[in-house]
Amino acid sequence: MRVDGAEVLERTLTEDEAAILEAWNISLREGTSLQSGRIREAELQTQAKIVFGQLQGALASGGIDADAEHYAALRETLADISRSRAIQGFSPTDTANFIFALKEPIFEALRRKSAVDATKLAAGVWAAGKVLDRLGLHTMEVFLASREDVIGRQGQEIAELSTPVVRLWDGILALPLIGTLDSARTGVVMENLLQAIVDEEAEIAIIDITGVPTVDTLVAQHLLKTVAAARLMGADCIVSGIRPQIAQTMVHLGVELNVVSKATLADAFALALKRTGRKVVRQQATATEERR
Amino acid sequence: MTVSTTETLAIRSGDDVVRVRQRVRALAVDIGLGLVDQTKIITAASELARNTLDYGGGGEVRAEIVLAGTRRGLRLTFEDRGPGIADIEQAMTDHYTSGRGLGLGLGGAKRLSNEFHIESTPGVGTRVMIARWK
Repeated sequence: MRVDGAEVLERTLTEDEAAILEAWNISLREGTSLQSGRIREAELQTQAKIVFGQLQGALASGGIDADAEHYAALRETLADISRSRAIQGFSPTDTANFIFALKEPIFEALRRKSAVDATKLAAGVWAAGKVLDRLGLHTMEVFLASREDVIGRQGQEIAELSTPVVRLWDGILALPLIGTLDSARTGVVMENLLQAIVDEEAEIAIIDITGVPTVDTLVAQHLLKTVAAARLMGADCIVSGIRPQIAQTMVHLGVELNVVSKATLADAFALALKRTGRKVVRQQATATEERR
Repeated sequence: MTVSTTETLAIRSGDDVVRVRQRVRALAVDIGLGLVDQTKIITAASELARNTLDYGGGGEVRAEIVLAGTRRGLRLTFEDRGPGIADIEQAMTDHYTSGRGLGLGLGGAKRLSNEFHIESTPGVGTRVMIARWK
């Protein structure tokens, strides 16, 4: 005789609902999710109740295939829970344990109901294992996807934040570069700089590489491209912030930056002021000081 | 000459190039290289790691701290199983590139290192070894 595991499971869940929920809540309470203080117990219990109800519903509509249509609502609920866990900074273990903590109570309930019938018990356990494992994996997939979203967004934010174009004076822009200069970032840098040149009607752009740890041929190439593009827009570039060790390295590499360069941003700014017909002078000494 | 520590890093993406640089920096600091020498070996490692990625289709680097008497050095061996280099002399020439770079990476890496050794078999792969001594 073939025993339908789904049916055994469904009956157990209905008949033993209170006990299973109770045991699940206890197990969740003992878990690390609550101890981290990121979620309240009442919230956790509400989530557990909703998930349990939807699991019953899905089992009642037939089958233990957690990828099927009638599991859609449950999967969506779990996805929401996972997403919020990922954003709240839960560990993957905490997130997956939400579902996996349901295993023991269900297995226990199955044992109580079907202890005398080993075939039934085995079928029920198999069905429960299959459904819960699939749902657990689903929560992990959503969790990871949300984390990747977060990381991707942070990456974009860093790319934008870390390449500000600063207006130093009328017609003089500074572009302090910080971190690794890869192709993607160079694209952002160049776009920002060229747009700023148009907006500010800049004559001179100072590219400061004090914050770039390594200048290899690729970085040099990106710099040269940026300089060339700025020139086409009618702005002269000055590269500043070339540290002594970087200068030596670039000479050995054989890279020639055919562009005016200065050791510090201050020097570059002074040169830019001079080129635009300005100069910085010390305020005239006061009369009293002169008499001394 | 003895090898005191060895570690291997995979080079599969642009991020790995950054990781190689950071690891080489840490090792260079460990053996007490000065700021200029650190920068040189890091830059050379950056060039070779990118070559491994762009031209070799990815590979790995073995980083070793080597001891010769009282001298300590950092030795890096980049290996890939890419198409290989048919004419090494040409590849070493400044401003020659088969890709879109400046064509200074290989020659530059050689000038930035105390030791440089390259071997390549077309169709089999390329291995480049560099070392910097304190």
